[in-house]
Order: sequence, then structure tokens, then C-alpha cells
Amino acid sequence: MKNEDLQNIINGFGKNLEFTTEESEFLNVIVPKEQLHEVCEQLKTNPDLKFDYLYCLTGMDWGSDLGVIYHLESTELKHLIVVKVKTDDRENPTLDSVCDIWRTAEFHEMEVYDFFGIKFNNHPNLKRLFLTPDWDGWPLRKDYVDEANMIIK
Amino acid sequence: MVEKEIENKMKTEEYFVNMGPQHPAAHGVLRLLLTIDGEIIKNVDPDLGYIHRSIEKMCERDSYQQIVHLTDRMDYLSSHINNEAVCLAVEKGLDIEVSDRVKVIRTIVSELTRLASHQLWWGVIGMDLGALTTYFYAFRDREYINDIFEETCGARLTMNYNIPGGLMFDIHPNFVNRVKEFLVHFKTKLPEYDRLLTGNVIFQKRTKGVGVLTKEDAISYGATGPVGRGSGFACDVRKTHPYSAYDRVEFKEALFTEGDSLARYKVRIMEMWESMSIIDQLIDNIPEGDIKTPTKAVIKLPKGEFYQRVEAARGELGVYINSTGTKNPYRVKFRSSGFSNLSVLNHITKGAKIADLVATMASFDFVIPDIDR
Repeated sequence: MKNEDLQNIINGFGKNLEFTTEESEFLNVIVPKEQLHEVCEQLKTNPDLKFDYLYCLTGMDWGSDLGVIYHLESTELKHLIVVKVKTDDRENPTLDSVCDIWRTAEFHEMEVYDFFGIKFNNHPNLKRLFLTPDWDGWPLRKDYVDEANMIIK
Repeated sequence: MVEKEIENKMKTEEYFVNMGPQHPAAHGVLRLLLTIDGEIIKNVDPDLGYIHRSIEKMCERDSYQQIVHLTDRMDYLSSHINNEAVCLAVEKGLDIEVSDRVKVIRTIVSELTRLASHQLWWGVIGMDLGALTTYFYAFRDREYINDIFEETCGARLTMNYNIPGGLMFDIHPNFVNRVKEFLVHFKTKLPEYDRLLTGNVIFQKRTKGVGVLTKEDAISYGATGPVGRGSGFACDVRKTHPYSAYDRVEFKEALFTEGDSLARYKVRIMEMWESMSIIDQLIDNIPEGDIKTPTKAVIKLPKGEFYQRVEAARGELGVYINSTGTKNPYRVKFRSSGFSNLSVLNHITKGAKIADLVATMASFDFVIPDIDR
């Protein structure tokens, strides 16, 4: 399906979402964090979209905003889309978990929590996955400082 | 009444057992926290990070050429394929097209890597289930491939043969002949694998119906590679999103629908045949051409996001590069196949015996540095 068609169907949700294809090979949808779970649910269940395969979940620090990028594919209809969600709260960033929609998100969200400190509502087992539980800070954030272990050029 | 008394006396209790981080069946430092009742598994909770090196963070301070060298320390058995993924992503960003010669050589070496990886897996699945002989058979044949790599790429395991824009150097003059020799050799030896292990009654009983994963769950958990394809999930990136020279060769996607450990085993055996068929089609027709498309000494990708998917030996590898136009990437994410495949382990081993967990893990073929990154 073409990007325009995808955009039309998603616009039909009546959510007033932001679309862009700039600097990316995919259609990007920027979803407000309050609507994330609802939009994702519809992306998976809508019979014309059927995005059933979350093939990549990336945590992101855009400088002022933290967020998550979801790469989605429909295994049946073969189209692709990228969903982005942002939060400007760096002290206590919280997003909704999508692991009840795509089960693979459970582990990936743990990874994002470990490296970016983004908490996910309704996640069954949110914990430090790679680092030790008493690790201080969120290493993949851009403002993370570790003078002992980081080599800064 | 008597039955109730017996039940009271035989009452069992749930308790925790650490499997790993030095368990031989984990093939690396994977720690599984098992909640068990007798021998029945109630919960599997993986504890990761024993070999975590934060490759993604290191990428943010490195140049694009340097990143390539970090990736073969992830899934070291698909090192060439990992290198290729980064190179393809960088080439996508630079908008350069490599020559046909590079595409064909990359494809051949990728398939040799896949063969070597599956050979090693076949050796250790036998060993995990108590049949030591397979290990020696597999390593005998794997040496042929490693020797080819050593001659052409200069290394046997972490090859670093790819660079953004092409290849580090041309193939060795012996390459074509040695690959052909290997194919002749291995075509007679692969049926031996079947005779030795596939039909073995003990092996069949240990794997058939063990660790069953449905297609819906495979897609939902993002289980790719032989794990997904053993459950009927047609997820071969070489078919769905062809790259390099995969669009010019004919091969069958290995698909089985049973979803058990034996199906995952069969997928890999079939993939070895298909890999040999791919190499067969290409080895006599390596086109002439440059092995390197010139790039600037300091590569700067334009502002934007670049994503490349490839089929590594264990499933889909995704490379996400976010560039702000400088000589270092702003963010790099590796979607590793092992990490997603591991997430399904708890789901399919609940209620099974500990020995079945070992069989299931063997059929998943985990490489721990790929999970930890």
C-alpha cells in the first residue's frame, strides 16, 4: 500500500496525528503520548492495516525530548510504518507500554528503561535488564556523564 | 482418603534455581532464573548483561568505518552478515551503489558464513542432547569454510571484510576453486548429518513436540530466523526485502509449520542446502568490476534516519542509524535476532521439564553477545 493510502486510513481514526516522510524511507507518524496505546491498538487491529510485526523498538534521546521509535510491518499486507512518541519530561518520563499489543515490546521496553530511564505504564516486569539494579543514571541519554568509563574525543 | 494423605506427604514446593551464567548448554554467559516445582518449570526469567559492552553507546563516538568493526563482536558466528548490514545502511545514507562484483561476493561470503554458523549449531545441538560425535563431524566440515575465510578475508571468525562502499580487498585467486571444492565435499557430508542425528530415535523423542511456538506468537514476539520459520512465519529478509545479490538467485525459503524444536532443526538443515544452491548459482559468474566505490576518508551521512534489515544466521538483524550530519552517528540501534528470540523462551517452556528447556535452547541457537550487545 502506498504511503498516501496509509495516511488516509490512519487519518480516519480522527486523532489529528502528524505525518512526515522527510529524512526517512518510511512514513513516520508522530503520536502524542496520551494516544499512543489507542493508536497502536488500531494500527494492529484495523483490517486494512494489520501491523502485526513490531520489528524494531528504539529508545531515543532527541536532546530536549526523550521518546521511542516503533518500526512496524504487516506480515500479510507487506506495508511498513514508523511510529514515534515523545515526552519532554526528563525527570520522570512515562509512556504507555505496548507489550499487550506486540509481546516483543516487553523485552525491548525493559532495554529502553535500562538505558534511557523511560518508565512504561502497565509493563509486567520493568527492571534493569543489562545493568546492575544499583546502577546510577541512564547511559544512552546524551547528558549522561561517566568520567571513569567513557572516552570522550 | 488415602490418596489425600499421600498427596499431603508428597507435597512439593516451588523454588529458585540458577541456570548459568556458566551453564554449558547456554553456550555463553546467559543466566536463567528458573522457578521450578520438582522438575516442572514454572517461570524462566533471563538475567542479561554478563557480556554487555554497550556497543550502541560506543558507536556514538566512533566513525562509520569503525562501527563496522564493532558489529562482528555481536553475533560472532554471523560476523560477515553483521558487517554487511552496517555497510548497507551507510551506503543507503550516502546514496551510493556498489558494483555487481561486490554484491555477488558479499552474497557468497554471507552464505558461507550462514553455512559455518549452522554447522556449528548442528554440532552443539547434538552435544547438548548427549551426542558428542556430531561436534566432531561439524567441526571437520567447518574448517573448510574457515580456511577459505582466512585466505580471502585474513581472519577466521571476525572477518571485517566489508567496508562502507565495498570490500576491503579482492577475493584470493584460490577463492573460487576452494569454494567449489568445499561444495563438492559438503554435498556428500550433509546427508551424513541426517543419517547420524535427524533420524535418531532419542533425538526425535527429545525434540518432537518440545517447545512448541505458534505462528501468531512467533510474529507477536518478533521471533525470526529459523525460530520463526519453524513456526510457519515467512520472515526471511532475503525474500521479503532482498538486498545485495539475493534478488538474482533462486532459492526456497525453508518453512515448517509444526513450531517445535524438530521443525527449527529441519529449517536449518534445509537452509544449508539452499545456501549451497545460492553459492552454486553465483560462484561461476562473479562479474568483473570495482571492489570499492570511493568514499571520502571521513564519512559524513546526511541528516536523517537510515534503516537496513538483513537475514543473519539467527534471524533478522536491523541496523538503525540516526545521523545529524556529523562524522559520528547520533544514535545507532541494533535490532538483534537473539534478543527478540530470547523473549519467547519463557512463554514456550512454561510447564515443561528442565531437560526440555535445554533441548529448546539448543534449537534456538543463542549467541549471548548478540543478545547483550
